[in-house]
Amino acid sequence: MSGVHTPPGLAAPIHPILRRAVLTGLAFGAGAVHLTVVGVVLMLHQRWIVVGTLSLGEATLLAIAAGAGAMAAANAGTAAGARIMLGLLAGAVAAAPLAALAVLIDLVSLRAIFIALSPDLLAMLTLGLGPATGIALLIAGGAGAGLLGAALQQSPRAVIRAVLPGATAVVVAGVFQELIQLMLQQYEGVVNDVRAFLYSWEGLNPAGAITIFAVTALLGEAVGLRRRRRPAHAPPRDPRRARMMRAGIALLVLAVLPAFAGSYIGQVLMLVGLYILMGMGLNLEIGLAGLLDLGFVAFFAVGAYTTALLTTESAHALLHLSYWLAMPVAVLLSILVGVLFGLPVLGVRGDYLAVATLGLGEIVRVIVQSDFAAPLLGGAQGILEIPKPRIGPYVLGSPVALFYVTLAAAGVAAFVAWRLENSRLGRAWMALRDDEDVAQALGINLIQCKLLAYGLGAAFAGLAGSIFATMLTSVYPSSFQLLISINVLALIIVGGMGSLPGVVLGAVALIGLPELLREFGEYRYLFYGAVLIVMMRLRPEGLWPSDVRQRELHARDETLALDAGSDPLPVQPR
Amino acid sequence: MARMGAVDVALWGMRIGVVLVVVVGTIGTLIKGRYTAAQWFDFVMFGLTIGSIYAQIALGYTMVYGVLRLINFAHGDIVMTGAFAGYFVAAPLDRSGFLQNHPVPGMVAILVVAIATSTTIALLTERIAYRPFRRVVGLAPLICAIGVSFFLEQTFRGAFGSAVKSYPSPEWQRASFNVIGFNVPGIDVLVIGLALLFMLVLYLVVQRTRMGKAMRAVAEDGEAAALMGIDVNKVVVFTFTLGGVMAGIAGVFYAFVYKQVYFFMGFTPGIKAFGAAVLGGIGSIPGAMLGGFFLGLVESVGPSLFLDGIGIPAPYQLRDLIAFTLLIMVLIFRPQGILGERMAKKRA
Repeated sequence: MSGVHTPPGLAAPIHPILRRAVLTGLAFGAGAVHLTVVGVVLMLHQRWIVVGTLSLGEATLLAIAAGAGAMAAANAGTAAGARIMLGLLAGAVAAAPLAALAVLIDLVSLRAIFIALSPDLLAMLTLGLGPATGIALLIAGGAGAGLLGAALQQSPRAVIRAVLPGATAVVVAGVFQELIQLMLQQYEGVVNDVRAFLYSWEGLNPAGAITIFAVTALLGEAVGLRRRRRPAHAPPRDPRRARMMRAGIALLVLAVLPAFAGSYIGQVLMLVGLYILMGMGLNLEIGLAGLLDLGFVAFFAVGAYTTALLTTESAHALLHLSYWLAMPVAVLLSILVGVLFGLPVLGVRGDYLAVATLGLGEIVRVIVQSDFAAPLLGGAQGILEIPKPRIGPYVLGSPVALFYVTLAAAGVAAFVAWRLENSRLGRAWMALRDDEDVAQALGINLIQCKLLAYGLGAAFAGLAGSIFATMLTSVYPSSFQLLISINVLALIIVGGMGSLPGVVLGAVALIGLPELLREFGEYRYLFYGAVLIVMMRLRPEGLWPSDVRQRELHARDETLALDAGSDPLPVQPR
Repeated sequence: MARMGAVDVALWGMRIGVVLVVVVGTIGTLIKGRYTAAQWFDFVMFGLTIGSIYAQIALGYTMVYGVLRLINFAHGDIVMTGAFAGYFVAAPLDRSGFLQNHPVPGMVAILVVAIATSTTIALLTERIAYRPFRRVVGLAPLICAIGVSFFLEQTFRGAFGSAVKSYPSPEWQRASFNVIGFNVPGIDVLVIGLALLFMLVLYLVVQRTRMGKAMRAVAEDGEAAALMGIDVNKVVVFTFTLGGVMAGIAGVFYAFVYKQVYFFMGFTPGIKAFGAAVLGGIGSIPGAMLGGFFLGLVESVGPSLFLDGIGIPAPYQLRDLIAFTLLIMVLIFRPQGILGERMAKKRA
């Protein structure tokens, strides 16, 4: 770790810089240890990126060390060479806690307490080479990754533009090899030949990885060059139009993909679609009207149970409607419940509202689960035998068919949400979000406005619940946990509060990706928790913010910098 | 007020509905006379026990809210971390028979480890997750706190597994006394007694020490306190320490009473204890204690007293329903709580 040479002239100021690099390394190292102890690393280690060479778990640890290196290099105010050495230091320091953990596992068995600290993990960390060599290699690997990270951070943009897309493409091609291979196998000739060259039966070949890296890197370079070659006096492209184009292409891909990619992708995308629906609903409440609703899952449950009761072939049936009749009833009932839900909490604001709605949501769950409501709602056993929807003689039984139902519903809902956003009501919601008192003073009917937010938000969730019920052909109370509310909250936070494309982006990133990485399983909630913290800290406007919101947040930063006390926001000043 | 006609009617309907259920249910239950005096005594005893635990958790909420105006959504999970840490001491001690033969040093060891863990984690969350939001307004701090809550739960799930672990229950805990014909479980006496003791200590710390005085000053007016030379950061750290200590104790007791630990165990008592804090008047320390005991009693006695009388089957399943109804009623009708007039003015 003493690999950093102190340049003679810089002896005095280098000390804090070194300290900073070490601290950066330690922070990243702590993160790596956390991921290891909770078992994420070993879980990711089960999946190859490049068969026999690099697993996703190893790549994650290397990426952490590289991140430490890049950050240490970015922070320092020294010469470029010294910065890269700082990166090396930070990378090595980031690996040190893991090395200590490996020593610990080697000395004592902690498995009785920490279930993830298994011999397998030790073997992974030390590359199966035994403790001494393995741990030396671990630190060397950290240092190397830190060095690379720092070097990349210091290198010209042209290099970054090539390396990052290249690396991303390799990771995607390697991690999703199963899906990509399945998709490519459907075609004869050149496509399949390319597949056979890139992939072995188990996954990506080293040769394939190099090819993909090189091709993507060249592509990235070419795109970058073409952009730069545009004449300087040409009018700058409208960023909004560019974003719309990208959104349009993404949607088109989403819409067409399942038809080609088979039922597994169809199922995943259908789930994504349901969350998009719910996300749009909660977005009306939180994003536009500023009402943080943690009981949102209740509306989803109402939609699902209504559909179940109206269509089921089991003894719980109230009526035997066709799905297409039951769905609007479910939506209407959700609206009604939304309004009833909103009524008592009309006067509750800010963080108290969050807890009150959470309580309401829990009440709904407790009632649904209880024996008290069991004669009607089936209790813990739930309601079974919900038929799939049919159009004429066709039963929409396959996930792909149901995906298109979801897509159509989401399309209609998106149109409604988009029109609402720019309507008089949408403006009133935004005024309400920004300052309830001022909004009221301006003549906005708070009661009507809030109840409409709850009711319309609930309509979206009810629609999602209705489709969910027929997708599973059964409903259980355990499907309507608070977790669902948190999932939806996380996805609109990630996408950007108040932003429709943000909802789609958030749903794809938070619901779709973990679903494709099946072993990710329950770890996704760990990831959601982290995402909420990190997003709130680094990018509260989300990844794809609405224009209004972004302007507001940036203006707010300025006012905050000027005077934190005088910010006119509804929740407690402080 | 006249403008709020329809809504007022609905709110009044809600109040009357709840009161009706309580009154009709109570009368019905008493007429049926299905429960003996001993059973009622058991309900009350259990209510006080669980209430003393809620009171300790509620203290953490109320102090943090007083100082930072932040709902520490993850506080219930801090309780969980204490319970887990205690478990990993209690289980081997129980297996070796030490806990059975030496209850006092055994319990001290469990509590010390639990308190150390929960306090460390409380301070870490404050430093990493909450401090950057010190001057941020709006929903961001609360959303961050929700994130912290999930992060802690899932970290523990990943590190220690998702299975429910059964907490040791040495024989002396199952001992009971006979007081004027009623059966008093020893564990209840222990939990309530220690909880009262710890809360008294906490109250004295807040009322009598210099740091406690600083804390009260920051709760009153943070900016003025800072201008008077009080180090607000120190006060915040002190507050989270006190909350963490109380959470650790509460976690161990909660686990001893319910005899199990799992990663999600802190969530529901956390939310309920927040309700207790609001009920007592958020920011008020005696209020949190009162609110905790009240909530525990209502939750324990309520299902049998209110719900059995109106003919609801298996009313104990609806215990959480009563707790959450109380929570919502308080948030809607009396957000300033019983003892919290001061804070109410700030909220309005």
